Amino acid sequence: MNVLKLDKLSKTYATGDTALREVSFEVPAGQVLGLIGPSGAGKSTLIRCINRLVEPTGGSISLGDTDLARLNGRALRRARRRIGMIFQEYALVERLTVMENVLSGRLGYVPVWRSFLRRYPAQDVAQAFSLLERVGLSDHFNKRADALSGGQRQRVGIARALEQNPELLLVDEPTASLDPKTSRQIMRLIGDACRERNLPAIINIHDVMLAQQFTDRIIGLRAGEIVFDGPPDGLTNEILTRIYGDEDWTAMRGEESPDEGDPGLSVDLAEGV
Amino acid sequence: MTDQAPTPVWHYRTRNQTLLRWLGWFLLVALTVYCWQLMNANTIWAFVSDAPDQAADIGGRMFPPAWSYIDQLWEPLWDTLNIATLGTLIGVAVAVPVAFLAASNTTPSKRFVRPLALLLIVTSRSINSLIWALLLVAVIGPGLLAGVIAIGLRSIGFIAKLLYEAIEEIDFNQVEAVRATGASGAQVIDYAIVPQILPAFWGISVFRWDINIRESTILGLVGAGGLGIQLSASLATLAWNQVAMIFVVILGTVIISEWVSARVRQAVI
Amino acid sequence: MQMPQSYPTHWKRPPVLFTHTGWRRAIYAGALIYLVLAMQSVEVDWQRVYLGLDRGWKFVEGFLTPDFTTRWRDISEGLIESLTMTVTSTVAGILVSVPIGIGASRNLAPAPVYLACRGIITLSRSFQEIIIAILLVAMFGFGPFAGFLTLAFASIGFLSKLLAEDIEACDRGQIEAIRATGASWWQVVNYAVQPQVMPRLVGLSLYRLDINFRESAVIGIVGAGGIGATLNTAIDRYEYDSAGAILIIIIAIVLVVEYSSSYIRRWVQ
Repeated sequence: MNVLKLDKLSKTYATGDTALREVSFEVPAGQVLGLIGPSGAGKSTLIRCINRLVEPTGGSISLGDTDLARLNGRALRRARRRIGMIFQEYALVERLTVMENVLSGRLGYVPVWRSFLRRYPAQDVAQAFSLLERVGLSDHFNKRADALSGGQRQRVGIARALEQNPELLLVDEPTASLDPKTSRQIMRLIGDACRERNLPAIINIHDVMLAQQFTDRIIGLRAGEIVFDGPPDGLTNEILTRIYGDEDWTAMRGEESPDEGDPGLSVDLAEGV
Repeated sequence: MTDQAPTPVWHYRTRNQTLLRWLGWFLLVALTVYCWQLMNANTIWAFVSDAPDQAADIGGRMFPPAWSYIDQLWEPLWDTLNIATLGTLIGVAVAVPVAFLAASNTTPSKRFVRPLALLLIVTSRSINSLIWALLLVAVIGPGLLAGVIAIGLRSIGFIAKLLYEAIEEIDFNQVEAVRATGASGAQVIDYAIVPQILPAFWGISVFRWDINIRESTILGLVGAGGLGIQLSASLATLAWNQVAMIFVVILGTVIISEWVSARVRQAVI
Repeated sequence: MQMPQSYPTHWKRPPVLFTHTGWRRAIYAGALIYLVLAMQSVEVDWQRVYLGLDRGWKFVEGFLTPDFTTRWRDISEGLIESLTMTVTSTVAGILVSVPIGIGASRNLAPAPVYLACRGIITLSRSFQEIIIAILLVAMFGFGPFAGFLTLAFASIGFLSKLLAEDIEACDRGQIEAIRATGASWWQVVNYAVQPQVMPRLVGLSLYRLDINFRESAVIGIVGAGGIGATLNTAIDRYEYDSAGAILIIIIAIVLVVEYSSSYIRRWVQ
């Protein structure tokens, strides 16, 4: 049973630029999908079309059996709360506390008076604490969001998205503003969270190495069209050239291999014991 | 045979630019001189040259200030403070929704509602609180109520203008993220917009309260209550030492309110 | 078997200001008591208000059907006084404020000059324009000359203070670099300070022009010339349509000044 189905999704801007050309694919439950491609290929547009932060100009988007492209107003908000989104620049509300940011994931589920008075249902609060512990930020819940580091903020963003108990996770360049080690921690965290919940995810990512290492399936986008759809190890040099253009791919892969022995990885293996 | 290229010359501005600038300055000076002459068409220069003597005369009568007069000033001072505070509260209460209607990113309708809100703001701003007080005293009679409403009406424009500019400058990413969770419009305002403009809101409100204190001190001149009534009475009887005492009280009040305002604005950053 | 860990089910946002509970309660209680006392002190004669609403409605009618023609001579005289006062006082104000502003900047002026200039600024800012107008009218006689002096003096406090703040916030590196070339004090000001400060000075001057016009429409009430006197007379005579006409003119001019100032500001930048 497919959680998400895109059928001929298109987006042409008023200026005449076509960002997406009849993109179609399906995402089954529990699959972590990596979206790669050069800048301007339409990756960000695709992700934002799914929850209608950008309005598509053609095609259908089916979440379960609801066509998201047709919804408006209240129905759209009810659909949005089923989709969790993680942003590139974290997009936390900086002057609110970490706890408020996580709880804001439930805004689509609680009436206005509850959200205004910050009196959320007991279950939501308990889940928020549980999620903060899962991402390793239990001690920070009363801190203001702008007092945290980049990696910590992204983890709050992940907790906020998971607090929605979503059916689908959309992730827009989660590691763009993070250093290499933190990037890996974040990708690992997202992957683990998805596996624990059998949650499908579409991750827009520019770092090909990270995409290959942490996803189950890769879709390559170029100029608004899908040019590759397959397993991560199917990314040969020819395919990368087809997606990005000519480049010294073996040198790039060579640069990345010293990281394989990084201590972060071995500590994780030990944790399972 | 070597051909020497002419040495390049650097001019600060082109000839046309220089001419334009001179023309601009000339027009400005000409306008000023014209206005000056027009303005002084009926000025009695004898009075002007007499001014230092007048100043010395008044100065002499002002010092020492009538210290005992302060007993009659406590209640008007209390009234002045209330006019300023209650007026600011009213102004804030009305200005907040108006600001949201006037900001281009939160207004429900850019073509109808926004221009209306902007018109409201300009009307409120253009008319000094003393004129508002003048009108209100003529309509609902002298007293504190006229003063409070006058201050409120003037404050609406000031607060709403600065507030809507702050609303238009917020970080849109935070709004987008909250919207993506399925939040309704009111929840987006509560969680994404209000936290971003809260420091500006407090700063603007306290700043206006400070200005309102100054303006409230003179509303009594047209009958709207406060210290101005004593001022009007003392001026009518040319009791300059009483007037001096009132000035001392006003100065003290202004110093305190400015100190409070500066502290609050520092604390909210 | 793993015991499911139980998490807290309630959370309250920690208070931002006044973290100590005792203080917080005290301040909230104090604010409430103040509000009750303040509102009680505003004695409202509801009967008078009710009667006044009729007059208020007449005023609104007058505003909507303004009469420009009956009193046109008085209106145009007052308007010309206001406009000429605005131009001359703003120009004079700028001319005097620039040296005082430079003198009030800690990074450019020696200590005694700094203190003196800061003193002048404080004096100018503490008193409302009307109060200064009253004194100057007593010294210089009725008419726009006194109004010119009032607005020019008030402009000093505004422009010099903001100019000094801007100069003190200047990039120190630029000033040091020019100083290092051996430039004289004047040259440092002209090359390092002026370029950084000029755009904001233009903006502030235009803003002060706007403020001075609005003030010039008010100080006439105490005899310092301008359209305020005409307005006062019209209201006293219950000629609400003329009063409405005057108000519309004031609002229109403020609008024009605001639009043209944003144009000029963009052109200068």
